[in-house]
Amino acid sequence: MSTEIKSPLPGVFYRKPSPESAPFKKDGDTVAADDVIGLVEVMKSFHEVKAGVAGSNIRFSVDDADAVMAGQVIAEVEA
Amino acid sequence: MTLRSVLIANRGEIAVRIIRAAKALGLRTVLAHSIADKESLAAQLADETVEIGPPAAKKSYLNIEAVVNAAKASEVDAVHPGYGFLAENAEFADAVSAAGIVFVGPSAEAIRLLGDKVMARQVAALAGVPTVPGSDGRVTDLDEAIAIAARIGFPVMIKAAAGGGGRGIRIVGDAEEFARQFPQASSEAAAAFGDGGLYIEKVIERARHVEVQILGDGDNVVHCYERECSLQRRRQKVWEEAPAVGLPDDVRQRLCASAVALGRAVGYSGAGTVEYLYDDATNEFYFIEVNTRIQVEHPVTEMITGIDLVQEMLKIAGGAKLSVTQDDVRIQGHAIECRINAEDPHKNFMPAPGTIERLVVPEGEGIRFDTLLFEGYAVPPFYDSLLGKLILRGETRADCLARLREALDGLVITGIPTTIPLHAALARDASVADGRTHTRFLEPWLESDFAQLARAREDA
Repeated sequence: MSTEIKSPLPGVFYRKPSPESAPFKKDGDTVAADDVIGLVEVMKSFHEVKAGVAGSNIRFSVDDADAVMAGQVIAEVEA
Repeated sequence: MTLRSVLIANRGEIAVRIIRAAKALGLRTVLAHSIADKESLAAQLADETVEIGPPAAKKSYLNIEAVVNAAKASEVDAVHPGYGFLAENAEFADAVSAAGIVFVGPSAEAIRLLGDKVMARQVAALAGVPTVPGSDGRVTDLDEAIAIAARIGFPVMIKAAAGGGGRGIRIVGDAEEFARQFPQASSEAAAAFGDGGLYIEKVIERARHVEVQILGDGDNVVHCYERECSLQRRRQKVWEEAPAVGLPDDVRQRLCASAVALGRAVGYSGAGTVEYLYDDATNEFYFIEVNTRIQVEHPVTEMITGIDLVQEMLKIAGGAKLSVTQDDVRIQGHAIECRINAEDPHKNFMPAPGTIERLVVPEGEGIRFDTLLFEGYAVPPFYDSLLGKLILRGETRADCLARLREALDGLVITGIPTTIPLHAALARDASVADGRTHTRFLEPWLESDFAQLARAREDA
């Protein structure tokens, strides 16, 4: 069954810890509940987004540096 | 020439402030804004608006080409950069000038010179302004750097030459830590500012932050006395006052004269601020940096001197000479500014954008509220959290604090959490009332006094 991972905050979603780095997770990766899958920048401060659920085959529905709303689905995993 | 029109290359409360000042002078106002700020108060107040790009500042407010193109397309005489974004970017000032448009601020050369913290230190020292003990300039060699640090005494600060505004600073306590941090600081500065240059300064413990407002027209420079901004969290100012608390008059005269000397040394034009650390145990002050723009906390100076700094900037940019002489500038009373941010002070200052449900602003003599808010406005998550600045003037500091307490109780913002409760607590704090504060006062105070107040509130 697929489970949605939602952004806890509104802001700009980043898939990489810094512009030069590799993404936290690639499409298809397996994640643990505590894994960081991205960052949300809100009002110039950065907040980690954790998967919150263990699962496989993660698929992101937003791109790096896309604007997101609080509660918007940012990825899905098979849990 | 007298300016007839100005493009505002900024957003938020300062865009509103500049539009009002420009309109008071009869100028046509054009606001350059991102898509996210289409419905902003500034966009409603401006005579015209130009969209310059998507919400992310990098693609709009920091996009030199987009801003300059907007200025050209709207055929304005001048561009006011506000603070932050491109305000201290010499390349932007050059691009505006190259388009035949007046940049409201000092010359690109002055921005470049004073923006390099190492060069600014040298200019200050040459003008006779005391600087914090430290390296004579940039330091690249680790052994040499350790020797300098040992000579001035730990703890020391490793600072990025291209940093500023509290960014690019590390405090280290001993030689071993220094050896570990120095190379890291260099690569971090290179990544953050495109310049890995470092310099070293002694840490002045328990210092107060004081800064002098200057105004120049290229020939003449005057000061508008000082402000104190010692209440800071994570090196960001939270509460500002003018004049500085408990500053002896002879020190005030020397401090302000040194800022004027520095301004004269570079032929300063426009509004600028010379920042210092002040040690109230020894009455010594030390130069930190110059900000070549209008500052967030400029209203406290306006409240005690009666000078409209933003109008003055626009007049100077239009070629006018200073409208005041040094003798005309007098301190009348005391002013305090509280920065009201969209942050929850009870949840570690977590930023909280969202929609404003209710807004009630206290009115009365000596009260000013510079804001971007209106009821129903959705505060976007893309920019800094400043919602407004509540500024109070009183005859004395005690009178000002009493008025401030009342005004804070009357200021209502609902829909999102704000830092109003923090200011209400500070305005009632005995140490604040006695002026017993310094730049490292607020953070421990939040852990102890403010946390205790919050627990008492929950218990009640």
